[in-house]
This record gives sequence, C-alpha cells and structure tokens, in this order.
Amino acid sequence: MSSYIVRRLIMMIPVVILISIIVFFIIQLPPGDFISGYAAKMTTSGEVMDEAALKLLRESYGLDQAWYVQYGKWIWGMISKGDFGYSLNYNRPVSSIIGQYMSLTLVVSIISMLFTYAVSIPIGIFSAVRQYSIADYIFTAFGFIGMATPNFLMAIILMYLSYVYVGDPMLGLFSPEFIDAAWTYAKFVDFFKHMIIPVIVIGLGSTAELIRVMRAQMLDEMDKPYMLTARSKGLSERRIIMKYPVRAAINPIVSTLGWSLTAVFTGSTITAIVLNLPLQGPVMYRALLSQDMYLAGTWLLFMAVCIVLGTLISDILLVWLDPRIRMRKGM
Amino acid sequence: MKAETATAKQSQDLLQVEELNIHFPTDHGMLKAVNGVSFNVYRGKTLGIVGESGCGKSITGKAIIGIQPKTSAISGSIKLGDVDLVKLKRNGREIRAIRGSKIAMIFQEPMAAFSPLYTIGNQIMESILLHRTKNKKEAAMLTVDILQRVGISNPEKRFHQYPHEFSGGMMQRAMIAMALSCEPELLIADEPTTALDVTIQAQVLDLMKQLQREFGMAIVFITHDLGIVAEMCDEVAVMYLGKIVEQATVREIYKNPKHPYTRGLLRSIPTIGSRKERLESIEGTVPIPINMPPMCGFFDRCQDRIPGVCDKREVPETQLSDNHRVSCFLYADTDNETEILS
Ligand SMILES: Nc1ncnc2c1ncn2[C@@H]1O[C@H](COP(=O)(O)OP(=O)(O)O)[C@@H](O)[C@H]1O
Ligand SMILES: [Mg+2]
Repeated sequence: MSSYIVRRLIMMIPVVILISIIVFFIIQLPPGDFISGYAAKMTTSGEVMDEAALKLLRESYGLDQAWYVQYGKWIWGMISKGDFGYSLNYNRPVSSIIGQYMSLTLVVSIISMLFTYAVSIPIGIFSAVRQYSIADYIFTAFGFIGMATPNFLMAIILMYLSYVYVGDPMLGLFSPEFIDAAWTYAKFVDFFKHMIIPVIVIGLGSTAELIRVMRAQMLDEMDKPYMLTARSKGLSERRIIMKYPVRAAINPIVSTLGWSLTAVFTGSTITAIVLNLPLQGPVMYRALLSQDMYLAGTWLLFMAVCIVLGTLISDILLVWLDPRIRMRKGM
Repeated sequence: MKAETATAKQSQDLLQVEELNIHFPTDHGMLKAVNGVSFNVYRGKTLGIVGESGCGKSITGKAIIGIQPKTSAISGSIKLGDVDLVKLKRNGREIRAIRGSKIAMIFQEPMAAFSPLYTIGNQIMESILLHRTKNKKEAAMLTVDILQRVGISNPEKRFHQYPHEFSGGMMQRAMIAMALSCEPELLIADEPTTALDVTIQAQVLDLMKQLQREFGMAIVFITHDLGIVAEMCDEVAVMYLGKIVEQATVREIYKNPKHPYTRGLLRSIPTIGSRKERLESIEGTVPIPINMPPMCGFFDRCQDRIPGVCDKREVPETQLSDNHRVSCFLYADTDNETEILS
C-alpha cells in the first residue's frame, strides 16, 4: 500500500509540471496583457500614458520577454524561494493573497462537504430501508427541489429570510467588526453563524444528489443475494444493513471524496459572489478578466494540484476500501 | 405395535410443514407461489424437493427460516418441535436465534452469496460469534477448523482471503462451512451445485454426504435434477406449480413413479451411456399460478389427462402406501375422495 502511494506521488510530479506549462501558455495567449488593460482603464478615466512609460512598466515586470522565459522565471522563483510572483491587481505578492483566501475557501469547502455527507448519507440509507414510506416521498421531493433550485436563487432567498427573521442578511463570512480582529470565541461564533447560509447553498445541490445516489445504491445492494445469506445466519436487520449494503453503497461515495472536494472548492464561485464571501472564486474571476497573470497562473496551478491530489486521495481510498481493486493493483 | 412405530417415527420428526401457503398479491390477482404444501423432515434424513424452475422450491426453503420476500403473505404452519415458525415475528429475536444455529441454509450462487468486501473468515465467523461464543479468538479457531473440515486446504490462509480469491467450488465449500459452523439440526440446500461444473458438483455432493454422516443433520435438498436426488436423498417431494404432486421414498419414486409429471421428469434424466440423441422433455409451459380455476395445474401438459375430470375440480391427494402419496385423478379412489370432502 505505501509503495503504491509513493509511486503515485512520484507520478504526480510530471503531471503537475505539464499542467503548469499549459496553464501559463494559455494565460498569456489572449491578445494584450495586464499593462494594456491597465492603460485602457487609465485612458477611460482621462489619463494618458505614453508608450515609453508603458514600456518601462512592461520591462520592470518582465512582461516584454517571451512566455517561456517568463514561465521559467516564475517556476524558478517558486522552487527556489517559494515566490509565486506578484499580483499587479492587488499590488501584493501572490502568496499573500493565496494565503488569505485559500485557507478560508478550504475551510468553507470542507465544512460544506461534511454537511453534505452528514445529511445525505443517513437520509439516503433511511429512504432506502423505508422505501415508499411517507418519509421517503418527502425526502425525494426535497431532493428534487434541492437539485432544481439554482444556487444564486437559494442564496438570495436565504439571505432574505435571514434578514427578515434575524435582522442580518449574513453577508460575507464575518460581521464588519470581526473582519480584522484576532480569533476569539466571539469571532468564532460569528464566523459559524455566517457559515450557515453558504454551507447550505454550496452543499444543497450535492446533498440532494447524494441522497439520490445513496438511496439508489442502497436499494441495489439490498437486493443482492448476500443479504439473504446474512439473514440466514440470524443477524439482526440493523446489523446487516450497516455492515453489508451501507458499506458497499458508501464505498463509491467515499472514494470520490477527493474529486468532490475539488468540485466544491472550484464550484462555489457564483455563490461566493452573491454572498460576498471572501473566497477564492471571485478573486480568481477578476484575475482572469484583468490578465493578472501570476495570480491567475498560480491559482490555476493550485487548482490543478488540488485536482491531482483529490484524484490521488480518491484512488487511495478506493484501493483501501475495496479488496477486489487492492488485488488487481497487486497489493 | 402400530402405536409404537408411530411414536418412534414421531420422535424422529424434526420439522413439520403443514398446509403452507405463500401468496404474492399482484396487479392481476393473487400469485399462489406455494399452495397448500405439507411435508415432514426427519432427523438425520434428506428430503429432496424437485421441480422445474418457478414451481416454488426456493420460496418454500426460504420460508422455513422466514426469509421469504417481504411482499408475500404466508399462512399454514412450520413446526420445529413445539414452535410454529410461521407465527414468529419476521426478523424477530426468536426466529433469528434459530437461523444459522438450528436451521441453516446454503444458496445456489456461492459467489453472490458472500459479500465481496469482507474476508471469508469474517463472514463465517459472524455466525459463530452470534450463536456459539463471544470470544473472537475462539471463534476464529472454530472457523479455521470448520474450513478444514469442508476440505479447504491451508485454512489459516484462506481465512484471510476474499471471495474473489476463491474458485466457485471452493466458495460452495466455504458456504457449507458457514452453514455448518453452528452444527444445525437442519440444512436447507437450495440447488447447491447448479452453478458448478459437473466434476466439482460431484465433489460437493460427496462432501455434503460425508458431512451429514459426521454432523448428523437433516437436509432439505432443493434441486431441479432428479438425477441428483437419487444420489442424495432418502425421500423426495415432487413439486409442480406450488404444490407437492407426489411424494415417496427415492426407491419408490424411481421404481414406481405415479404422477405423469414425475414420469416426465424421470424420462428427462440423462443416464450415463444412454444413446438417446435428445432428452425427452415435458412439452408445454408452466402456467402462471394467478387466478387458477379449480383444476389440475398439469392438465395442459399431461399425456394421461381425463378431460371433464382433471379440469373440473381440485385434485385430491391419494395415500398409496405408508411412504407414497400422489395428487392425481388417475389414482383418486372415491372412498378417499369422500373422506376428503367430508
Ligand atoms: N419477490 C417475488 N415477488 C413475486 N413473485 C415471486 C417473488 N419471488 C418468487 N416469486 C414467484 O414465486 C414462484 C416460485 O419462485 P421460486 O420459489 O423462486 O421458484 P423455484 O422453484 O425456481 O425456486 C415463481 O412463480 C415466482 O414468480
Ligand atoms: Mg430456486
């Protein structure tokens, strides 16, 4: 098992390098660069920048060099000094922006996922065991509504409800007074309150979907002959359900945890914009629009690493959970 | 004298099934999968239940340990000693204490009967942990022991292997080990060799006979193959369309088959050295037992049918001798009939 993980980790390296090249190449592909966009903005606000000033700016940021030279410098800085480049938009090192937004995004994503699993797996099991009961129908209806409601609409509805009943739409992740405060208990409680709406909004679609998946998987498994064998031994229904079909139904879900995390991580952009969350989505969106290339590049690279890591985690879980796959991989 | 033999026989009684009905409500009416089935199982003996696919064999076997489908309605009685198993709460504590410990069951598809996610040892040990000992070490030892007894070599290693690492024949041995792990009084074997190829089939049958001598359990052996019955059983019940149409000792069935259906089945057994190019099989198809009028279910396929009789009434059962009964109008004597009607 450990040799398998090491092997997979080593295999990650060329993949990530290749992705970083592609990312960088694509980012510099559109005509113009940050400076030309910047100049255009200046012009609209009445200031005129002359060619010489623009040239100077380009030179100082290295934007006049060929893309592969820029790429080389960028990567070298990353490897040698942990320097991810400079964000022209924010006028700050990329690493500080990432540090600020990424950790919060990670926290929100993980909590959303935990919410999704904690809600959908028990409901899925229950719905399957009590198939066609009233509760099953209610959960099914809830599931379809949840899947059909667009995130942004849900966000707006919840904000409205929160505003009407609590007097605060719970925008952002912190109340204004806590934004720059150090972590205290009060700040934590405030953060937790602000997490409720984003977690529901981000998690709702996948929760609804996962209920359907879990229910279907359970029904499938509960139809299998090994259920009869388990019953014929005299095991109680509860024990049978938990040991056999639940385990079998959860396997594919747990093993895709890596991918799901990546999906939640990258998929919450619209929600974050609507709810004014200081998450990576909106930042990334702006970086791409303004061709803030080092920020966008680092970001994309970070996502790529997340996806590769997520896949790795999923593969490891799959191997760990399913003896048949373990066998095939020769472990 | 006669009373004495009767009590002697009674003390040998292990299981008494009486007037067992298992019906499925469907959109078109009641599907009578099992319809008034009665039989006894005697200690240490093997009763064969034979019939074509769909005649209700498996459901009958499952009903004995109460694992028939939830959608079915069951009535009649299945007595194990003084306990009527039909009356016990579905999946309740009492029936669960009997399952796996007094009555065990093995199934047709050994591969599918185990979960692929747990080791063979884990799945066999489960029974032992439930009924024999709470001590895991001891249970593991007992498991290795039973694996050895069903002829699995290297049982310590096999204990830790998963189903996909076993062959079909090995799996069926493991299943037998699981069923016998708590030394049941009755083993229900539902077509245990149907999914295996012929040489393995013979090995598993031999193993079952050997283990029956060692453990002394009774067996209800469900099969569609009368050839296997000759090898395995003491008595045989022939089932057709949810009913037992003939029951007798194996010798009697082979020597003196009465029901046209039994005769048809016997003609369709392949015998070694037989020159026949094609086996005879019984013509026609089995009707679906929904809203059957009162008549013989075999009527349409029967070579000896008596129109105007067989298709007009329920078939009465005729006790031909101590160990032979048949339900067919060819043997219905009027005395018997009035007895039934009165
Ligand atoms: N879950 C079920 N729902 C409805 N009908 C069933 C169900 N299971 C079995 N049956 C019916 O019961 C009859 C007997 O089935 P079974 O005992 O499996 O036959 P076999 O003799 O081949 O083992 C069949 O006609 C089948 O259609
Ligand atoms: Mg069957």
